[in-house]
Amino acid sequence: MGASWGGLRAVEAVLRSLPSGFGAPVVIAQHRQADSSDEMLARLLDTRCELKVCEAEDKQALRSGVVLVAPADYHLLIESGSVALSVDEPLNYSRPSIDILLGSAGDAYGERVAGVILTGANSDGALGLAHIAARGGTAIVQDPETAERREMPDAALRATPEARVLALDAIGPALTELVGTDVGSSR
Amino acid sequence: MRDEARERIEIDLLLEAIQRRYGYDFRGYALASLRRRLWHRVYGEGLETLSGLQERVLHDPTCMDRLLRDLSINVTEMFRDPSFYRALRERVFPLLRTHPFIRIWNAGCSTGEEIYSLAIALREEGLLDRTRIYATDIDDAALERARAGSFPLDRMQRYTENYLRAGGSDAFSSYYTASGDSARFDPALAGGIVFAQHNLVTDGSFNEFQLIMCRNVLIYFGPKLQEAVLGLFGESMTRFGILALGRKESIRHSRHGSDYEPLVESEKIFRRRS
Repeated sequence: MGASWGGLRAVEAVLRSLPSGFGAPVVIAQHRQADSSDEMLARLLDTRCELKVCEAEDKQALRSGVVLVAPADYHLLIESGSVALSVDEPLNYSRPSIDILLGSAGDAYGERVAGVILTGANSDGALGLAHIAARGGTAIVQDPETAERREMPDAALRATPEARVLALDAIGPALTELVGTDVGSSR
Repeated sequence: MRDEARERIEIDLLLEAIQRRYGYDFRGYALASLRRRLWHRVYGEGLETLSGLQERVLHDPTCMDRLLRDLSINVTEMFRDPSFYRALRERVFPLLRTHPFIRIWNAGCSTGEEIYSLAIALREEGLLDRTRIYATDIDDAALERARAGSFPLDRMQRYTENYLRAGGSDAFSSYYTASGDSARFDPALAGGIVFAQHNLVTDGSFNEFQLIMCRNVLIYFGPKLQEAVLGLFGESMTRFGILALGRKESIRHSRHGSDYEPLVESEKIFRRRS
């Protein structure tokens, strides 16, 4: 899931609507200042939703029902079973880059990935989402009409016209329907 | 055949070709970043496939040089993570100070921004004169730039902010001379630095250090290779040696993890238990 301008509220809204025991790992790239290095975003989200939220460490395992947030000033990539970080150049001025997150998720998990693009004032994530769709995964874009800034959802829809367009409050339920819940898993 | 399965074969064959032809072994690198960088070179060469890159690399050593650059350049900045350098000054240097002669290894020093940051901090704490820093990297061209000690002038404003937040006690501009669009750092800072090519994957231990700094290098390695390199660091350390990693790197899941105790947990600075 990728978000930029206005993303904190949008990410929080999606996470709040995911039930404990959500049946897949969740990984988020939220654009923010390079020196927001104090894990505040992950801590804040953790207090506001059912799922456990933490800032990703290198090679941290992907676990169902656990939300990993890309650290400020690092790219986060998906490997098979874990995440990996990189300090490669920012892509389109962004680190973390949503394109890199979604692109690597598509490479690692193909049709088993759902990519979500939320509000933002640039076009990051459009290529990554198209890559997920091309590999048979699910592409979801926040309805630009409900986004605080519509540029990023608009760009994603231009790149992936077949993506599902959902109002913010419909994204969590759609993801839950898509992946189901793990019985017995807890935070 | 699925595209991903074919790509995996092409990557494996390319890496084996590189290893057998040139001795560089990237087979233990983390796949996702490696894949990005390989494709970057494919497009950079005007090619369309990883197999095409394999052919060119095998026949054209200059293509290998370009690929090596892509695979090894590790973007960094001076005083990246100012709180890390503050922790070095406040928590690590007091331990180093007890030694008459200090040896530090900066593994994966890339173009040297970290080295000069470290040298400045050591000088301000009065330790630079009795410190020998070994700065190593796999990439000769990066080492050459590190040796020159010259960085883009337009970065100095950001570096100055970092420096101040890192606890710098002088005027940052007193450490460099502007010339054209570059900032040339005081050569005296590099007086105690030994620059040398060293490959963490294939080369062994070459000395014992009180401090090993290896920040945001292990993130490019897969779990097995990370284990091997942490083992190499263990062999290259004095008793109670200190290991400093990147802010989001961890030794928690490593079998070497229990050899260390956290010295500054939030900055990923660890100290050997024996």
